[in-house]
Amino acid sequence: MPEHVTTAPLAAVNDFVVKFANVNGSGSASANGLFAKAIIRMGVPVSARNIFPSNIQGLPTWYEVRVTEAGHLGRRGGVDISVALNPQTWDDDVAEIVPGGYLFYDNTRPMPASKFRDDITVIGVPLTTICNEAYKLPRERQLFKNIAYVGALSWLIGIDTEVVEKVLAEEFASKAKLIGANIQAFNLGRTWAKENLKPIGLQLRHADAVGDRIFVEGNNAAALGAVYGGATVCAWYPITPSTSLAEGFMEHCEALRTNEDGSKRYAIVQAEDEIASIGIVVGAGWNGARAFTCTSGPGISLMNEFIGLSYFAEIPAVIFDVQRGGPSTGMPTRTQQSDLLLAAYASHGDTKHIMLLPADPSECFEMGAVAFDLADRFQTTVFVMLDLDIGMQEWLVEPFKWDDAREIDRGKVITFEDLEAGKEFGRYMDVDHDGVPYRTYPGTHPTRGAFFTRGTSRNRAAGYSEKGVDYQYNMERLLAKFATAARTVPAPVVRQAKRKTKSAVIYFGSTTPAMHEALEALETQGHHLDAMRVRAFPFPQEVFDFIHAHDEVFLVEQNRDAQLRTLVVTEGGIDPAQLTPVLHYDGAPITARFLIDAIGKRMSASNPIREMAE
Amino acid sequence: MTYILKPKMHHPDLPKNARGFTRRDYEGRVSTLCAGCGHDSISAAIVQSCFELDIEPHRLAKMSGIGCSSKTPDYFLGQSHGFNSVHGRMPSVLTGANLANRDLIYLGVSGDGDSASIGLGQFAHSIRRGVNMCYIVENNGVYGLTKGQFSATSDKGSKSKKGVENTESGIDLVALALQLGATYVGRSFSGDKDQLVPLIKGALSHHGPAVLDVISPCVAFNNHAGSTKSFDYVREHNEAVNRLDVILGRTPITADYAPGTVTEVTQHDGSTLRLRKLEESYDATNRIGAMNYLQERHAAGEVVTGLLFVDPDATDLHDRLGTTDVALNKLGTKELSPGAAALAKINDALR
Repeated sequence: MPEHVTTAPLAAVNDFVVKFANVNGSGSASANGLFAKAIIRMGVPVSARNIFPSNIQGLPTWYEVRVTEAGHLGRRGGVDISVALNPQTWDDDVAEIVPGGYLFYDNTRPMPASKFRDDITVIGVPLTTICNEAYKLPRERQLFKNIAYVGALSWLIGIDTEVVEKVLAEEFASKAKLIGANIQAFNLGRTWAKENLKPIGLQLRHADAVGDRIFVEGNNAAALGAVYGGATVCAWYPITPSTSLAEGFMEHCEALRTNEDGSKRYAIVQAEDEIASIGIVVGAGWNGARAFTCTSGPGISLMNEFIGLSYFAEIPAVIFDVQRGGPSTGMPTRTQQSDLLLAAYASHGDTKHIMLLPADPSECFEMGAVAFDLADRFQTTVFVMLDLDIGMQEWLVEPFKWDDAREIDRGKVITFEDLEAGKEFGRYMDVDHDGVPYRTYPGTHPTRGAFFTRGTSRNRAAGYSEKGVDYQYNMERLLAKFATAARTVPAPVVRQAKRKTKSAVIYFGSTTPAMHEALEALETQGHHLDAMRVRAFPFPQEVFDFIHAHDEVFLVEQNRDAQLRTLVVTEGGIDPAQLTPVLHYDGAPITARFLIDAIGKRMSASNPIREMAE
Repeated sequence: MTYILKPKMHHPDLPKNARGFTRRDYEGRVSTLCAGCGHDSISAAIVQSCFELDIEPHRLAKMSGIGCSSKTPDYFLGQSHGFNSVHGRMPSVLTGANLANRDLIYLGVSGDGDSASIGLGQFAHSIRRGVNMCYIVENNGVYGLTKGQFSATSDKGSKSKKGVENTESGIDLVALALQLGATYVGRSFSGDKDQLVPLIKGALSHHGPAVLDVISPCVAFNNHAGSTKSFDYVREHNEAVNRLDVILGRTPITADYAPGTVTEVTQHDGSTLRLRKLEESYDATNRIGAMNYLQERHAAGEVVTGLLFVDPDATDLHDRLGTTDVALNKLGTKELSPGAAALAKINDALR
């Protein structure tokens, strides 16, 4: 029932963006999740993002679904179909629709003409009326209205009913009564739409573009990685956006680490604060268990003293930092990559820490496991730097992989047998010339191998010492250890341009899918860039070699201060003029359109012919 | 700071305990604290307690925070692993260590600055969490390492060495520990070894959070007239509720104690606490009674010492969490990593 259209309505198959505007606490999340899952089951990839407030009930919340058969899983930018169900945000939601797009709303109550635009297609469905007629209980009227709008949309854009029914049956497998009720609500919306509306120009078709990929949140994946990596102690304090990581660990452990008699092969403590959380992790790591905490920037600030102790006393610890907007409480429910400097140099004194930079939930799983090997091997804190976009959003990613031949690597540990055999032990000696010392676990041997751990200066045998030479030896050895780490951490991934070029881009983490899409688009515009995805700090030498091999290198980051660039300049002695920052930090995930625009403009302006003759 | 090596030679006739260790095997490096420091007496009491309990030194981990008291773990149990951690945070480090390996004995040594000021939160939460530990606060009411500032356990009205009067209320860690659910609570005095050693032995044998507040006068900054933590003050105001002896189930020792009312309390690990009651009315298994008694005596200007409360049926954090009997740090790949087949199922559920 299109009204007032002056721009041609958008038409596309399996390539558009739908944004739902809801009120939080209204039960819309499960309906929106059903919408995304049904499209995936039709074989069409989606990238879905929940944009939510720091609140439990009553504030605006959005769910953005990008339907993309081409597999562009970053945010595109712009909205093609706005499902505007929140009067509080109506004006912004309507303004955001691209010309030719569609506005879907509940027209039970009439809206003044001034509230619409004449370059979009407006579709009204009397959702409230439909549900009030069908249901008596207020709770049912509210909850089923959500499923009803999915039903109406399914008719408009061609979602397969059978697929929806199958997803609902799986979802409510344990509550069979709800399957029928939800299908009924879905059909309520769909039938009304079928009788009153025509399908729109944006359509779904069955495809085969999903493959064996899984749809999962990074926090859940990282928690599973911690289980596979052998973590047994988790101490944490609730903070958005990391809370679901600890909760995920609980659920996975309950399923995977419970003995037949009900006893647990893990221990989880919700501590009184972040300081106690990291203290518990350090105590457990000292005593030979694999331990982690998960937090966000404010938590890292509080943990700083302990992180320095872990560095200096050489105690393994893993910290998952699910980054959010800062400083202070900043934007607790929005995403950023703004803790890089905080984590890399956390604590007082001269300190540097290993950071892993996963790009998606699949890599969160892998790095969530490997972080524990690295922490044990280097006897230090390892940060796994997620962000809210990776941690709390469901991503369509490669399935998790595990090789059963893989053994937990505990690093350099002197055993009872070693001590019995008379193996020499000095806690802080550089025996293998890689900066990494040997350690013993408490309780190993009745008369040999005990040492006193302290955060103050000590000699190679762990004896107290305030001698400058002892201190310096130790600090230099820690640097040597860090250099060994640079050769061990996950290597960067390089993507060569199709033509030889002196331009390049470096990016990391959740920027990855938007960057890949932007690179393809820039290429069609004639801008060729070699691209490197950095996966860890300290940077392997090839990161600096890559920069030296190019004239201009764009560094794409989701923070204000170009923090990765600072690390590259500081650690690699790179001339800052060679590194052009591309920064996105409004709290929303970076978009392909932003990158195409920012990099494309700069390349056209500074040197229109970047490509060298082949 | 001195760093003195202690001779390792043992006299061949030194008596050995049931595990074949001499008292010297429980000693550490030479103390660098001030001569006459109450903390050194506590270290000596710890050495004696561990010797008498036949603890294998490597089966005990000694943990501390920062401060004079927290330096002492270097001065006893030289064959035990030790961890001098972060100011006020020993309880969390101890908690983590305990989670990693439930088979060791955990001795936390702290001070009044470490536990009652910066670390009050961790003191409280480790107790309410039920961590199995012997938590000794070497309480001198003063910051020694930074030269004489009042600590949070300084009594209101007590005077510093410079004559300044403390105007803030003092924190009684024993009263707090009772309220927070500690299952073994005692107070003693560094100068009273006969009372202190059995209290430490009982605490080390206890299965649950055991807290000992040991008043330990600071000879440099808090052992003068006007201080309520000086040797003289404590001796004059000490109100001992009982005398304690610990008898391990496996060691048949005949009691050689003065007659009087004796109560036996059997702890979780089978050891028996024999309480010789000095106060006829005092019942050490009554938490509320202990809290009342403590407050009454405090109001009368007395420092109550002895075993104030013990719960013989105490549980610890592992019991509450339902952790497996095998120490978590001994679990290997097979027990921890669920494998590819389990992962395939998880992948399927996410499609």
